[in-house]
Amino acid sequence: MSYLKLRNIGKRFGNVAAVSGLNLDVERGECVALLGPSGCGKTTTLRMVAGFEDIDEGEIEAGDRMLSSRKRNYYLPPEKRDFGMVFQAFAVWPHMTVYENVAFPLRIRKLPAVEIERRTREALTHTNLLKVADAHPDDLSGGGKQRVALARALAIQPDVMLLDEPLSSLDPHFREEMRFEIKDIQRRLGLSILYVTHDQSEAMALSDRILVMKNGVVQQVGSPTEVYYHPANRFVFGFIGLSSFLRASFSGGGIMVGDTPMPLAVAKDAPVELVGVGEAVLAVRPADVDFVAEGGLRGVVRRRAFLGELVDYQIAIGTQILRVQKSRHAVGPQLGENCGVTFANSHWYPYSMSD
Amino acid sequence: MSGIRIEGLSKSYGANQVLDGLDLTVAAGECFTLLGPSSCGKTVLMRLLAGFETPDAGRIVIDDTVVAAADVNVPTDRRGIGMVFQDYAVWPHMSVRDNVVYPLKLAGLPADERAERTQAVIELVGLSGLEQRMPSQLSGGQQQRVALARALVSNPALLLLDEPLNNLDANLREEMRFEIRELQQRLGITVIYVTHDQEIALAISDRLAVMDEKGHLRQIGAPNELFDHPTDAYIYRFLGVANFVPLRKVSSGWLLPDGTTAWVGQSPERHGEHLTAGFRPNDIVLSRDGEGLPGIVRRASFLGSQMDYLIDVGGVSLRASTDSRHALSDGQMFRDGEACRIRFHTVQWFDEVLPDGAVKGEFHV
Amino acid sequence: MFSKAASRFGTPQILFGLAVGILVVFVAVPVLLIFFNALWVDGHFNVADVIKVLSEPDTYKALVNSLILASGVTITGTIVGTFFAWLVTRTDLPYKGAMKVLFLVPFMLPSFIGALAWKMLLSPRAGYINRFFMETLGFEEPIFNIYSYLGIIGVETMYLFPFVFIQVSGALERMDPTLEESARISGADLFTITRKITIPLVLPSILSGALLIMLYSMAHFGTVAVLGIEAGIYNIPTLIYERIHQSAGSFAAIRTGTVLSAVLVITAAFIIWLQNKVLARGRYQIIAGKSFRPAELKLRGLRIPLLVFCIAYIGFTIVLPTVTIFMVGGLNTYGLPFTLENMTLNNYRYILFEWDLTRDAIWNSVSLGAASALITMFAGVIISYVIVKMKVRGKGLLEFLGMLPFSVPGSVIALGVILAWSGKFGINIYNTVWIILVAYIARYMAFSLKANSAALEQVHDSLVEAARASGATMWQALRDIVIPLVRPGMVAAFFLIFLPALRELTVSVLLYGPTSRTIGVAIYTLNEDGETVYSAAMAGIALIIIVVAEVVVKRFFKVGK
Repeated sequence: MSYLKLRNIGKRFGNVAAVSGLNLDVERGECVALLGPSGCGKTTTLRMVAGFEDIDEGEIEAGDRMLSSRKRNYYLPPEKRDFGMVFQAFAVWPHMTVYENVAFPLRIRKLPAVEIERRTREALTHTNLLKVADAHPDDLSGGGKQRVALARALAIQPDVMLLDEPLSSLDPHFREEMRFEIKDIQRRLGLSILYVTHDQSEAMALSDRILVMKNGVVQQVGSPTEVYYHPANRFVFGFIGLSSFLRASFSGGGIMVGDTPMPLAVAKDAPVELVGVGEAVLAVRPADVDFVAEGGLRGVVRRRAFLGELVDYQIAIGTQILRVQKSRHAVGPQLGENCGVTFANSHWYPYSMSD
Repeated sequence: MSGIRIEGLSKSYGANQVLDGLDLTVAAGECFTLLGPSSCGKTVLMRLLAGFETPDAGRIVIDDTVVAAADVNVPTDRRGIGMVFQDYAVWPHMSVRDNVVYPLKLAGLPADERAERTQAVIELVGLSGLEQRMPSQLSGGQQQRVALARALVSNPALLLLDEPLNNLDANLREEMRFEIRELQQRLGITVIYVTHDQEIALAISDRLAVMDEKGHLRQIGAPNELFDHPTDAYIYRFLGVANFVPLRKVSSGWLLPDGTTAWVGQSPERHGEHLTAGFRPNDIVLSRDGEGLPGIVRRASFLGSQMDYLIDVGGVSLRASTDSRHALSDGQMFRDGEACRIRFHTVQWFDEVLPDGAVKGEFHV
Repeated sequence: MFSKAASRFGTPQILFGLAVGILVVFVAVPVLLIFFNALWVDGHFNVADVIKVLSEPDTYKALVNSLILASGVTITGTIVGTFFAWLVTRTDLPYKGAMKVLFLVPFMLPSFIGALAWKMLLSPRAGYINRFFMETLGFEEPIFNIYSYLGIIGVETMYLFPFVFIQVSGALERMDPTLEESARISGADLFTITRKITIPLVLPSILSGALLIMLYSMAHFGTVAVLGIEAGIYNIPTLIYERIHQSAGSFAAIRTGTVLSAVLVITAAFIIWLQNKVLARGRYQIIAGKSFRPAELKLRGLRIPLLVFCIAYIGFTIVLPTVTIFMVGGLNTYGLPFTLENMTLNNYRYILFEWDLTRDAIWNSVSLGAASALITMFAGVIISYVIVKMKVRGKGLLEFLGMLPFSVPGSVIALGVILAWSGKFGINIYNTVWIILVAYIARYMAFSLKANSAALEQVHDSLVEAARASGATMWQALRDIVIPLVRPGMVAAFFLIFLPALRELTVSVLLYGPTSRTIGVAIYTLNEDGETVYSAAMAGIALIIIVVAEVVVKRFFKVGK
């Protein structure tokens, strides 16, 4: 039973369509990430769900309540939507204590004092903040402030939480820890979460499904494994995880990467329709490339960098560069050596002028 | 060119002895990194090399010239070094070209030679076409390149880089570190790079030195040497994510902290009660059954090319990282709560790693 | 072992000594002499005498008046300033951009000229507005007597509210909008948000602006002099002036002056300390960032009426007085109706080209302004450099000395300068332009230090070190890097001092002699002597000079950038 329903929503700023034709059903207890580069419309989408922006097309429903509807000219303001929201810059109020911050939404709703105390303490316990309840947010670290924002959003026990890049202002070391804390809270309380981020590894680690956006248009919706292994198009392939792109041309003799011939065994998935066109792009992940002693696509090791657990290679195939990453336990060629590569997994895409 | 020699260098500020009799040799044309936590003294060492500070004792020799000693103090402007700062330090009132040509102007070179060399180095760092721009019109990465060009234009004997990539965003940082490395190799210039970021240190250095909070150089060597054969657990942990399993000796072998699980596999000959096994997340080999330590997967995360696991084994929590491609094809993709068996590619052995993170003892083969 | 460079006696020490010397001679000595004179009687410390002076009816009254007037202006100014700031940043008032600029114009008008204009409009018998109501409309009594507490407070409010307006509108604009959005999503409506979130966060700025108004009003001479003396309302600066002028500098008068000054200084210092505390505590987030602006209140039906109100306010406080000044300045004789036959440009011509008194005054103000600005600019650079960039001991002392004049009101500096430079140390420049110059330097040093320090702080050490690493000696680095980068700050300092000095009254009114009047003094004394028309004409010319100077500076900066 979907809890949050976004039906064909759209938003324009002047002549620009910031979001168009977006459809999404978020189930109860599901975490969905809105992922994309800056300006893709993910934050606008979130703000429409929150009610800070009105929609130009479509409808938004939560549970059995209509939130925004263009057809029916209906718009429920944010203060009535009962969502919990966490902002990128934390937005915790410096002139109130941690306790007062968290209790605020409960006080607004004029709940009885006993209930306010109980729910506030509960939220503070979930986020490990009981000990600092009387401190001021400015006495806490960035991560501490983010926890206050989280606790405040949880206080009203919402069904849906909206998170707008909550971790991007944090120290990189701290980000990973907070990721899993958020995940734990979500699991424990069975929350539905709509999570905006530009960091694909964050989206992969945290969400049940990922919605990838570009220029206001949804590119793909799917689980992390779906989106990673079966990207709907070249943009999604390139955005999720590392990638290398090789331009290949089809001729009577076979497939060529620049001047280097590509053996059939390597080019096994080349789709028939692209063969006729003459040019295409082969997309492959650095972890999906294997070195072979003989045969394969030939190239020269142009750069070999020790990254710790991994070794990162740049293989020059003619004038093009293929990126390869292998565990340091695996055997690999040295700098300047000739080598051959095969691909365990690859995708073919049409070649376009922007390449 | 004959590199850099530092002998018995000491420096203190008030009661704080930052450097104490430090010795270091850097070969000509080498890319050498000083890696350490903040305020460990690496920046002080760099400033002593540059001449912004004078040592209390010791000698510094750059390219066969003594620049600092008991009775010698060659001022910064005559040491023949180039330097790139963390905040770029590009002069905001001068264009790109004026910034880069400034060292040559000071050296009194004739105009046409100045123009030629400036243009060459601007092309080298990839800023062609931007010569007339003012720094405020450039991005952070571009400003850093201006700083690099300016430092290289006078063909210095030594290039000092003080965390130059710190203020750039993650993607740019990755790109620029390789560019710096390539430039260095192409020009054959001696580089001393100071950073707290072990990823950069591992990726670009010919050799690196790990410095601790007391200003001591713990180990010097090639990146892969330090990564897999550190002299102690401090270095091991500093260079990357590390798992430590403390073991206690019993008559039948070694026991894990839960007191019941027995260590499986090799262990060094040891007298004494305690030993610690250290290994990296991708040193772990997981299987459904068979040989190995029994464990329960507490948390499984799909990160794309890797599967990241948190596994409870014998009373400790371990981070494991496996190639997701092979995991998928071999049916080895574990889920939360599933049981597994753990073996290792390689294990490093240490004396004891204390729970609060302090590290005791040495590394054993 | 290496010698530590800092312990040698070299350039740093010389510069430090120079800096301390400048500040001590020009700033510290006058202030210290005040306290000395006030508390040291007949060779020993005497507080009882101080209390005696303070409890004389006149002095006591002046103290109380200062407090009443300053408090009144602070309250009304804060309300007006906050209201307009909120209107202009948080509502959908039309033409907000223009309004923002217009509300800053009162800052440009010297308030004593404003007081002059209002006197011409609302003095009980001769004021044009009152006469209009009494003669044309048949009122028995004047509708308002400007020579009153209310009159003074009203006029000062008109020209001081921008202190609060600037601070509050700045804070409201820079506030992170998500602070209010997170309150909305928590369920609060706009009214609750304003009450519980917006106002508490903006309170430090409101208080800071209010304290500035209080400080300024307590130390202000002009408006109270023009409007209060008639009604016997004296505040501290005007009482000091009265006593000294009437007695031609008698010992007793100076004594009264120093005692009052001491009180003024302590109060001012307290206010500044309070203001720093308030600002420090309220240093909340100022995140400019995303493009999402805070929610605007829709004024709906009130939109146009409020716009009209704002325009009327500006018209009333700026246009009306300015027009009055110019028109009265064009009259043949004061009091005549404004018909064409009574109007002439002769007064302006006379003042500008013929009358020595006014021509000298204009020349004095311009040259004093330029000279003091130049001197403080250079002194400021040197001292700022020592404070910001050098590692010498005793920097704290320099900072303290430099910032001292901020809390020393103009009258006090003038008095201190009289004590110091009337022969006490062998130099007597009393009654000459030089004593005014010295007073200006003391008064404005703090401004120069602030502007130059800010500019120097932008020149990070690494910029100089990069130059050294590129092969530059310390001097070359100074020449090629530091000075070009500091130049804009120096120029800013120059104008920050030149413009206020040009229109200044409080200091020069205590120091002028027969040949050393300033523009402000000329206007004031002409008014005091009953030459209302000439006073108005002079004021009109002063306004033109000030406005032209301000506009030229703004243009100059734009071009210079």
